[in-house]
Amino acid sequence: MGGIPHDHYEPKTKGEKWLHSRLPIVGLMYATLTAPTPKNLNWMWIWGIVLTFCLVLQIVTGIVLAMHYTPHVDNAFASVEHIMRDVNGGYMLRYMHANGASLFFVAVYAHIFRGLYYGSYKAPREVTWIIGMLIYLLMMATGFMGYVLPWGQMSFWGATVITGLFGAIPFIGESIQTLLLGGPAVDNATLNRFFSLHYLLPFVIAGLVILHIWAFHTTGNNNPTGVEVRRGSKEEAEKDTLPFWPYFVIKDLFALAVILVVFFAVVGFMPNYLGHPDNYIEANALSTPAHIVPEWYFLPFYAILRAFTSEVWVVQIASFVTGGIVDAKFFGVLAMFGAIAVMALVPWLDTSSVRSGRFRPMFKWWFALLVIDFFALMWLGAMPAEEPYASFSLIASAYWFAYFLVILPLLGVIEKPDAQPATIEEDFAAHYGGDADKSAE
Amino acid sequence: MFKKLAISTVAAVTLATGAFAAGGEGHIEDFDFSFEGPFGAFDQNQLQRGLQVYTEVCSACHGLKFVPIRTLADEGGPHLPEDQVRAYAAQFDIYDPALDEDVPRKPSDFFPESALENAPDLSLMAKARAGFHGPYGLGINQFVKGIGGTEYIASILTGYTGEEKEQAGVTFYENTAFPGGWIAMAPPLYGEDVEFADGHDNDLHHIAADVSAFLMWTAEPKMMARKQAGVVGVLLLTLLSVLLYMTNKKLWAPHKKKH
Repeated sequence: MGGIPHDHYEPKTKGEKWLHSRLPIVGLMYATLTAPTPKNLNWMWIWGIVLTFCLVLQIVTGIVLAMHYTPHVDNAFASVEHIMRDVNGGYMLRYMHANGASLFFVAVYAHIFRGLYYGSYKAPREVTWIIGMLIYLLMMATGFMGYVLPWGQMSFWGATVITGLFGAIPFIGESIQTLLLGGPAVDNATLNRFFSLHYLLPFVIAGLVILHIWAFHTTGNNNPTGVEVRRGSKEEAEKDTLPFWPYFVIKDLFALAVILVVFFAVVGFMPNYLGHPDNYIEANALSTPAHIVPEWYFLPFYAILRAFTSEVWVVQIASFVTGGIVDAKFFGVLAMFGAIAVMALVPWLDTSSVRSGRFRPMFKWWFALLVIDFFALMWLGAMPAEEPYASFSLIASAYWFAYFLVILPLLGVIEKPDAQPATIEEDFAAHYGGDADKSAE
Repeated sequence: MFKKLAISTVAAVTLATGAFAAGGEGHIEDFDFSFEGPFGAFDQNQLQRGLQVYTEVCSACHGLKFVPIRTLADEGGPHLPEDQVRAYAAQFDIYDPALDEDVPRKPSDFFPESALENAPDLSLMAKARAGFHGPYGLGINQFVKGIGGTEYIASILTGYTGEEKEQAGVTFYENTAFPGGWIAMAPPLYGEDVEFADGHDNDLHHIAADVSAFLMWTAEPKMMARKQAGVVGVLLLTLLSVLLYMTNKKLWAPHKKKH
């Protein structure tokens, strides 16, 4: 466990020894539950459990929904109505699945921004970060394909717009688009392959989640101070940590229960709040909705995609330099994927020797601006592509890239960090010494 | 810092989601329906009246192809007696390929599709339109008022001004609720279009509300069960949260007191 000294599982009985020498699975479970965990973790460290819960929720509800769903353009919409009306508890399954996707993304964004603030991506946790980014990408692909399955108007036109993005790639774009769609346009072949992949990808995600957990169990958790657990001796390590069970399991379960209160209120009382009314109209290739808007969790990147129009000078230069190969549409696609790529590369873009944002006086402000920028982009992604939203989108997109490509590398050089505590124990005592109350941060 | 962020998260998500349907839309009147809010329930009598309005007026053009007729007998819905449902179903014919002729529908059949090609199916209309986007597009009043699809329908039905215009051979009718202000549907209700057996008010405002409530039921027949599940879920999870909070506090107490 991250080289943090701790007790190991010792098989005692004959049966335990027999199994342990063949498959050390009990040892694995023991190691997972007793994992020494920094005792100063705050409430932003609960999202991992929420995310794990979401994955299980989505897989379980999804498998049952798939038993009643028909992936055919003639029947898909009606089969969803069948689930809503005739399947026992079907309306709950579907609403939990649809809103479960939103909870999943709320949690993943909180999880990612926690990592960005506390420097969880920094050495030696780069691999955990990269795997996390892969999981996030797969989540987006899965979420997008899932939204197509009910075969409503937004399903159809969302699929048309998003797959059209791939068509913008020079030379090979059209072939990729045709491969994605299974034909020249969104049709039955598209619906079938999206259903197949929507069923497959969550299991790929589950595999990556295991690697993600394995990776951070190898390095040990980060914590709000960014100061590493002392590893000199077991006694020393125990001053900085507490075992995962029961301390963090109970704490995380409490947080999960509170979040689920909100989740059930949404599912029970306003289950269509995060959806779009147009998706209750069956897909119609001959009628385009007035506004084609992706699900809320894509909006920040959708705003970046749309920000780079042919009037923007960067786009004009790119187009001129490449002899027109990089046109505005392709530039937008590159910017959208680039926005995620710079986030994935942040372990190598952040030059600061200090891990946690808590001790970085300048970084704090730039980070706060990044969070505001993210929500601004989310809002702009829902707005029509016209002024003044277009200019705002461009400014907000520019800041997103500037944060990762300019501000983070520079801050590491010019910033004078605050003093950090010597140990986690010291930080914990400063917070809670003599005080039984636990604050969120 | 993260507490502040959490608050802005909630604010921004509601902002972003509520905002996307905003735009040049008509005026939606806020009707009061019995099924609004976490504890609201369908009014069985109103659903039955709405069914009558639908059958006598709307069904001339519009269908309800996703609604099985048998569900009229469901508890929480119009809750008609079985024999009435059978009689109701029999008034619509359906083509039977085995006999190669039209036969009366059975309760297990669905409502007919739209009779008129341009008339949209009404099964899900109350969910396919949103009347409310809240102040500044926040949309969070959904929690107490629903998505406003019923208000949208009722506002359309009562929103005709009496003005007409002809464009490319099609007559359009001015309607204060319809986006753009001109709708192709002729005014379907004028008031006193139907007579209720129990003598209930049948002015335009009332029958528009009744048929809108009925269409909310066709769109979301399991709404009552869903809200009940929501109440149970919220209560049980709140209890669980309290218990886990106390467990957590006790568990950590010894580690937080030493100094």
